[in-house]
Formats: sequence, structure tokens, C-alpha cells
Amino acid sequence: MNFSGAQILLKSLEAEGVDTIFGYPGGSVLDIYDAIFDSDINHYLVRHEQGAAHAADGYARATGKTGVCLATSGPGATNLVTGIANAYMDSVPMVAITGQVGSHLLGKDSFQEADITGITLPITKHSYLVKDVSELPRIIKEAFHIASTGRPGPVLIDIPKDLTVARADYSYPEKVRLKGYKPTFHGHKEQINQAAKAIAEARRPVIFAGGGVIISGAHEELKQLAELILAPVATSMLGIGSFPETHPLALGMIGMHGAKYANYAVTESDLLISIGVRFADRATGKVSAFAPDAKIIHIDIDPAEIGKNVRADIPIVGDARNVLVELIERVQQGMATEWQEKIQEWKKEFPLGCDQAEEGTLKPQYVVKQICEVTQGDAIIATEVGQNQMWAAQHFNFSKPRNFISSGGLGTMGFGLPAAIGAQVGRPGETVFDIAGDGSIQMNVQEMMTAVQYELPVNVAILNNHFLGMVRQWQELFYKRRYSHTDLTCSPDFVKLAEAYGAEGIRVTKVAEVKPALEQAIKSSKPVMLDFVVEREECVFPMVPAGGVLNKMLG
Amino acid sequence: MRHTLAVLVENNPGVLTRVAGLFSRRGFNIDSLSVGRTQNSAISRMTIVVEGDDLILEQVTKQLNKLIDVIKIQDVTQDEYVDRELMLIKVDADPAVRGEIMQIVDIFRARIVDIGRKTLTIEATGDEGKINAIEKSLRPFGIRELVRTGKIVMLRGHKFTAYNQKEED
Repeated sequence: MNFSGAQILLKSLEAEGVDTIFGYPGGSVLDIYDAIFDSDINHYLVRHEQGAAHAADGYARATGKTGVCLATSGPGATNLVTGIANAYMDSVPMVAITGQVGSHLLGKDSFQEADITGITLPITKHSYLVKDVSELPRIIKEAFHIASTGRPGPVLIDIPKDLTVARADYSYPEKVRLKGYKPTFHGHKEQINQAAKAIAEARRPVIFAGGGVIISGAHEELKQLAELILAPVATSMLGIGSFPETHPLALGMIGMHGAKYANYAVTESDLLISIGVRFADRATGKVSAFAPDAKIIHIDIDPAEIGKNVRADIPIVGDARNVLVELIERVQQGMATEWQEKIQEWKKEFPLGCDQAEEGTLKPQYVVKQICEVTQGDAIIATEVGQNQMWAAQHFNFSKPRNFISSGGLGTMGFGLPAAIGAQVGRPGETVFDIAGDGSIQMNVQEMMTAVQYELPVNVAILNNHFLGMVRQWQELFYKRRYSHTDLTCSPDFVKLAEAYGAEGIRVTKVAEVKPALEQAIKSSKPVMLDFVVEREECVFPMVPAGGVLNKMLG
Repeated sequence: MRHTLAVLVENNPGVLTRVAGLFSRRGFNIDSLSVGRTQNSAISRMTIVVEGDDLILEQVTKQLNKLIDVIKIQDVTQDEYVDRELMLIKVDADPAVRGEIMQIVDIFRARIVDIGRKTLTIEATGDEGKINAIEKSLRPFGIRELVRTGKIVMLRGHKFTAYNQKEED
């Protein structure tokens, strides 16, 4: 009986190689924090628990490691909920640790009691309510295994306060034994043969790559395959960075705000090689008209994704990288045909443009393009949600995986800043931007304080149109310009706000100021908030209206 | 179409919530669900009767399989199996009609397990059809209370729904 539960928790985390935790103290986790005081693990004190969850998420996406966040019982735990849901939707490996009221107070509506395992049941890959301190090492071992393998996701561990005090011996298990958890890593050989045959027969193949390619580290194999069979590569939003967008075969993102050439290519393809995607409604548009002439190969590690949204003609369950390695062995060098030419023509005819007048009001697209230029495309770009996110996705040319960090499935405003902080913690020395809107940034702006405290030089580029821009866009297009509650003219002075936090604030209103301001921000060792005052009623185009057909785009 | 699933799960707290919650969340309808432990006290077995076409069943099965606590799922609908359900039913039974009720009980090979001044409590086991038939026959007398366990199933002959320790190693 050498260690307290709190000590066992920290020893187990260290055994898992955890060196970073994002958290916020409180009554039920006092003993855990007391143990952290003596631990080598770096704890980052956020200013709101939601920030802790998003920071752990951003850390995980930027590094590929499992993110860890910690909060107290009750409101601390419920404040993590959005962050957990966000990680669940985007398959991010995360372990969320929550304090719980003492075992004898459980179920009595005690002070700061919330049934967090119950609340998070539908948004976690798995969860544990610890009943005995001796179970802790096994549970932590299992939690990290479950969170990081197969299709990753968040796992929650709820620890009653008395168990953090209770004493036990410590030994960390070497193996996990989970009867009901055996992800399939290797694709079925015959299915891979079928896929290779379909590729050989295809005349208009398109690769559709998603977040799964990045998670499994299959970006090199993806490039090999694309170059081998000369198939253009489109991505989902979470797939951005899985294939260099500077590559001649790159089509960029498809879907609601995908490039026209990407949506045309998918629609006219006769073979869609889908890798690590889940065919989200924002990507496919109307499902019955999605890639209507294509045979669909669907490679995914989660069997439940096969056939869930879109029919799969050749399903292959397995790890994207393993499957691609085997597939590459079975396909032959392709030859350039009219198909590749046609795609180049589309790319020339329908570029993702930006018409910035030298003396005119700033265009948000121009700002994003400038960020890309100044950083030479080599920066971690987190985003908030809305127009800022779509412009970042469209106009920054990502060339590496794990550089685009954005809330896809859940679409969480307020994700960007804490995620950027997590990314910066995970990859110190790299340039990190949060491309933000004036609405989103205000949802977790308190995390500026975290960035300042830990001297994390994140740059927040606010594309400030004094609107909830994406909602305003929908109101303009589909609600007769009735701008119900989307006008944010009443907003803080972001420069002063940044300064109040002890960060740097720079306002930019003219084209000529953009580049110098960005260079100054990147050079600065402090967090910087850039307030780009942009064209108020700019829309994100092209756009497929919700439920519309991919090749019928507005703008 | 109705499908019958035999599901082996870890005998953990919350496993029932996870399974039941999944059905409601994803919009699948459960007709019946029964659960109890197996010969291995660490493993429980559920029998779930669910309504839906093949596509829905495929999703139900896959989503269930994603639950860490779910060890094995078998759709036994097309197999040969024995199925049983237990029902307790309390009916109005004035002395004048008791004889008639007892005759019905005999016909269905059910049993009277308790007697009150004006009621009889009957225990019946059988497959779903039989249980439904007893209920229908007793309805005219006035049913005061009725409780059913939901169906449990076992494959016939030398076929098993069991967790194979070897699969783990």
C-alpha cells in the first residue's frame, strides 16, 4: 500500500509516456493536483475546461499522440463535454480524466456531482467510472489503448475523490486484455485484389482521401499510389494535408465549399478510391447524386462506416496505410489520358480565385493567401468554424499532414484558439496560426491568457467582418437577407483586448499592411492577435446548397 | 423484418445502458431485450429482438460491435433455435369462472402459482406464439397485471453462441 490513487494515476500516465496535461483544478481533483505538484508531467492551466479539451485535441492532431485533459467533477466535467464530442466526431485520440464526488456521495445529488459517464456515453469511444483504486493502472492502460488504436476517439475516466486518496500497490500491466475490442488492421486480400482490378479497368479514377490517411500516417503511400495510377486526389476537410496541394494531381477539398474542379472530378469519375473517409453530408451533398457513375472502393478501419452513408462496391476494412502498401504492390503504372487533361482544364477554368483590389477593403481570402505566402505554406493552421474555416481550407496550400487543425464533424466555434495552443505545445518552435472569425474567437478568447502565461507564440488572425459570417451568408442566400442576430458590430476592440491579456495586438485595414503585420507577428515571441478588418458581406464560394448536388454550385 | 440477436457482453456496470442507449440514439427499435449472466460470471448474454431491414440490421450489428463491452454478436434469425419466454399474468377469477381458467391453463401447459380471493396468478413459458395465445385466451376474464421477460434463445444441436478463449490468445 505504497501509493495514493492520485500518485498511481500519475505514475500510470508517465508509464504511457504522457508528458503534457491540459487541465483545471477543483475540489474533487485536489489530491490529483497535489500529486501533479511533485510530478515531471507538464501541466498547462487553461482558463476554462472547454479550452483544456480542445487543447488536448489540438495537441493530439498536431502530434499524433494521445491528448490528455483533466477537470474536476460537476461543472468541470460538463465543461469538457463539447471538447469530447468534438474529438469523437473527428476521431481524435484523447483521454479525459474527471474527478468525481466521493464514492459515498455518489447518486445523492451531492455538491458538484454530475453523471459524466452517463452524459458522455454517446460521445466517447469508451468510458470508466473507477470503483476500486487497484483497478486504476489497468483502466489507464486500457483507456490509452482504446483511445489511440483502431479508429481513435476520446475515452473518459471518472475517478471518485476518495479513490485518489486511497492507497494501493502500484504495478503497470504490460498487456491489455479486451475480449470485445479487436480492430482489423489488415485488409482482406481478395478485396484488395478486387480493388486493384477495378483500378486497372478504370478510365476516370479519382482518389478521395480523408482524415484516416493522416491518422494512419499513410500520406507517403497515398502519394505513391496517386503517382503510380495517375489519379487526381481530392480530400475531405479532415483529409486536408494528406496530399500536398501543390502537387499537379491535387484537387483540394470536395463538398459544400470544395473547388469546382474537385466536385466535377468526383461527379464524373468512374472509380472513386475512398480512403479513410466517412462520406459526411457536407462532403457528398445529395447522396443519390454523389459520384453517380463511379464504382466506389471504400477503405476504412471502422467497419460501421462501410455502407453507412454511401454504397461501397468494394469495401476494405483495415488500416489505411497497411491496405495502401498492399494495394500499391498490385497496381501498375498508369498512363496519362484525356481524363488528366480534362482535370487540368477544369483547374484552369475554375480556379479558387481572390479579386483583391490594391486600394480596396481587405478580402478575407487575400489575408489567408498572404498567411500561406509569408509562411511558405509551412505552418500549423488551426481554425475556428464558419467562413474563416472554409477560406482557410480553400486558400492555404497545405503540403504536410497534421498542419490543418479544424473542427470538422461537430463544427465547434471556439475550437481554434485552444487547439492552436495545444498544437504549439506539441510542436514548439513551429509557426502556429489560428485563423478566426470575430464571432468564434469570442467563444474561447480567455485562452489568450493561457498562451501568454506559457509564452506560446500563437498568432490569431481574425478575419473580422463584424458578422457571424457564415450564418449571415445563409441568410443572404436563403433567407432574403434578413440578418437576424448575426450583426456583431458591437464587439470588443481586439487590439486592446490582446494587450489586456499581455499579448500583442495589431489592426490591419489596408492591403499594404498585411504582409508586414504577418511578418511582425511571426517574429514576435509573444502571442499576437491580428485584427484584419475585412469586407463585411463577402461570401464563401463556390457553394453547394445543403442537400444539393455536388456539381451544381453557386458562385 | 424481425431479427433475433444473441449478444455476449462483458458483465460490467453500465453495459445495458450502453446497448440500450445505442439503439435509441441511432433510431433503431428494440422489440424486446433480456439479459442475464452466462456460465462465466464475467460474461452476460443479451437476447435482442429488433425490427428492421437488412441495411438497418447491418448498422445495428456494426454499431454494437463498436462497443468495447460487446464481445460477440450472432444474428440467429435464420438458424434453427429454441426460444423461450416467461410470462406471469394475474387475471380476475371469480369462483364461477375459475374452472374455465384452469382449463385454459391446462391446455397451454401453464401453471397456477398463486391464488387470491378474486384472482389467479399464472406462470407460462414457451415461444412467443404460445405466450401471445395464452394472453389472448385470458384477456376476456380481465387481466390485472402482466409481465414478460422477453425472449431468450439458444441454437439447436452442436452450434454455440459462446466466447472462445482461444480467440483471445
